Amino acid sequence: MTLADTEIAPPEPPRYVMFWRRYKRNRAALLGLFLFALVVLMALTAGIIDPGDPLRRAGEPLTPPFMNWDTPLGTDQLGRDVLSGVFYGARISLLIGVVATLVAIVIGVVIGALAGYFGGWVDDVLMRITEAFQTIPNFVLLLTLVAIMGSKIEWITIAIGIVSWTAPARMVRAEFMSLRHREFVDAARNLGVSNTSIIFREILPNAMPPIVVYASVIMALSILMESALAFLALGDPNYASWGNMIGQGRAVLRSAPYCAVIPGIAIILTVLSFSLLGEGLNDALNPRQKK
Amino acid sequence: MTKTPPPVLDLCKLEISLPKGADRRYALEGLDLTINAGEIVCLVGESGSGKSLCAGAIMGLLPEPHVRVTGGAIRFMGEELRGKSDAEMRKLRGADISMIFQEPMTALNPQKTVGWQIDEVLRLHTKMTKAERKARALEMLERVHIPEPASAYNAYPHQISGGQRQRVMIAMSLVLSPKLIIADEPTTALDVTTQLQILKLIRELQEEEGAGVLFITHDFGVVAEIADKVAVLCRGELVESGTTDAVLNRPQHPYTRALIGAVPALTPPPVTAASDAPVVLKGTGLKKTFAARGGLLSGKRKAVTAVKDLTFELRQGETLGVVGESGSGKTTVSRIVTRLLECDHGSVELDGTDLLAATPKELRALRQHIQMVFQDPMASLNPRKRVVDLIAQGPIVHGADPKKAREDAKRLLELVELSPAAANRFPHEFSGGQRQRIGIARALAMEPKVIVADEPVSALDVSVQAQVLKLLADLRDRLKLSLLFVTHDLRVAAQLCDRIIVMQKGEIVEHGLTAEVFANPQHPYTQNLLSSIPGRDWTPPSLRTDAA
Repeated sequence: MTLADTEIAPPEPPRYVMFWRRYKRNRAALLGLFLFALVVLMALTAGIIDPGDPLRRAGEPLTPPFMNWDTPLGTDQLGRDVLSGVFYGARISLLIGVVATLVAIVIGVVIGALAGYFGGWVDDVLMRITEAFQTIPNFVLLLTLVAIMGSKIEWITIAIGIVSWTAPARMVRAEFMSLRHREFVDAARNLGVSNTSIIFREILPNAMPPIVVYASVIMALSILMESALAFLALGDPNYASWGNMIGQGRAVLRSAPYCAVIPGIAIILTVLSFSLLGEGLNDALNPRQKK
Repeated sequence: MTKTPPPVLDLCKLEISLPKGADRRYALEGLDLTINAGEIVCLVGESGSGKSLCAGAIMGLLPEPHVRVTGGAIRFMGEELRGKSDAEMRKLRGADISMIFQEPMTALNPQKTVGWQIDEVLRLHTKMTKAERKARALEMLERVHIPEPASAYNAYPHQISGGQRQRVMIAMSLVLSPKLIIADEPTTALDVTTQLQILKLIRELQEEEGAGVLFITHDFGVVAEIADKVAVLCRGELVESGTTDAVLNRPQHPYTRALIGAVPALTPPPVTAASDAPVVLKGTGLKKTFAARGGLLSGKRKAVTAVKDLTFELRQGETLGVVGESGSGKTTVSRIVTRLLECDHGSVELDGTDLLAATPKELRALRQHIQMVFQDPMASLNPRKRVVDLIAQGPIVHGADPKKAREDAKRLLELVELSPAAANRFPHEFSGGQRQRIGIARALAMEPKVIVADEPVSALDVSVQAQVLKLLADLRDRLKLSLLFVTHDLRVAAQLCDRIIVMQKGEIVEHGLTAEVFANPQHPYTQNLLSSIPGRDWTPPSLRTDAA
């Protein structure tokens, strides 16, 4: 028996191994990962499955699915291939999801971090601005922004980011408020580390897990918002997006429901995959959980 | 015909299993323990020895199903507790068996006032009227020596000090005069004088009511103070048990011998630093007030003066102990001299330069010379950084070559007696003592003149504490460091400090050479403090630690 405390415990497996072990315990999260991989695969292989413009006329208008193998999922009222629309739509949806989320998270992290770290009047000012944004319903603000900026896909993406940053900002602020009083922050200050470094190098990595989890929610919401815009015919008509497809399929909903149903299923599965993914990430990144 | 009453608590071959993948199969293995009415039994062990789980098993509060009782019997007043329904246990808990928890901040509901929480216990278990309950609660608050019970009654847990919170916890658990009190490290977070009062209070009540007490602790001083019988646990096994006198003065098992050997004796060291060494750190007229905000509807609270008019000198190679109870402002002192907290008034001169008047840029350069070792080795290391980066961070910020700084960090690990293999690990992979060594290495990396240590060993087990203290003393002598050592533990202060400052309510009440202050305290507060050291009449027997 020895009481010396200088012997080190055997090394733990690397972080990613631990991460994967925790993640895979959640079955639903594995399903989410599978669906997500599927969507990514669709986005990547869109050009291989159907080279050419997804908006071109590919066959007889309103061919039902499984009738003609050139257009396995049928065509819409303008003769556009639904299958290739779904594949190319995955690109747009993912693109909008990722970029809008990045925009929202970056704005949210900066504002939340400054407010939470400095407190006082900085916090007051930034939080009043956040509240001003929060009082306007997201979608109304989004419609306004799109009406002002026009419905180019870039503007839509940025507009979605701009309407979604408030929740992450509040969350980051809360994390920072609890972390800034921890001793390791004092320790860093005592070493002469600058405020910027403390915020981004010391505190932010510790505040990241809940933000990453929430990012998956924003991503799902962004995709839904884009679809809703497209449904109202405010989407970018130059791209095959799932929302556009549903919006146009609405006209023939009774005679050819598949035109709206198929992209609808794609949206449901994608959004589902993000929320399951988020749940799995929450389990895997939650530091309180052991083994 | 008289029958001897059954013991209050009888544990028989108690076995608690741990989930798979834990460091051992059983948290407790074959524990036999008997507590009679009117008896205080101390269960002693270091962290991870399974002593808290034992309390949980008796209360039926184990985190089942991962950790559960798999064998043995738990008899309370002759009645088997295993297999009792939740409803039956609920009736027992609080009324007949009560528990005083280790961490009063988490054991109290932060949303409710102190008065409400004491009131709740009475409301659930008695038929007293509202006025009677309030009177009883106030009486209990008075009995646990809370200043201004009426104000505390209206306070929320976060508004009162840690010591007061624990008093509230004790008031809550004693309010129904239970037959068995399980106290899980109840005085660990308390000051010595409070600790003594609490120990006395537990003694007093237990004698009045004839209650049995299971007292879980890691502190042999406390054991010497309060216990009738002692049981020593090591990694879930009972290694030694017997009367207090037998275990403390004639320990048999090598583990017990090693533990007792690590208890710091109350004999101050000979003065090492010459009194004509140059002054490296000098504080003059320091003052700090915290403004307290009262709630809109709750009772009023006053602004607190944490430090008023503090003046001290620290000479090169010397260790100055700042001793005091919680709320004495000693931690505030450590934060002011490192300027982690802005001071209202006064100056801190480091080698003749005023730290408090320095501009942010000057301050950053000055920080090199004054480093800090923090109290909580878990919270003071950024969990997302590797050890090598933690240690090298300071020099890199101050312009050292990153590669060289990392090399130096590895050397420093050796200096604090850690394997260089530790460099690429994350803080959570280390034990508390090892983390504190990393914290020390981080402070040393800046090659400071002064190290401010804020309770650096109070979170550590006694054997680890001894090793870390020895390391600090070694490093101080080898590197000619000056230490400003903030502690509440007079035993620790006696081990390390050349001179001490005794603080009370933000003021210095006494200062001088440690040996002199300990031998002949002048101020009544110091006298009180010294006479409150648990187990002050017990000198740990000098044992050769032949444990191998």
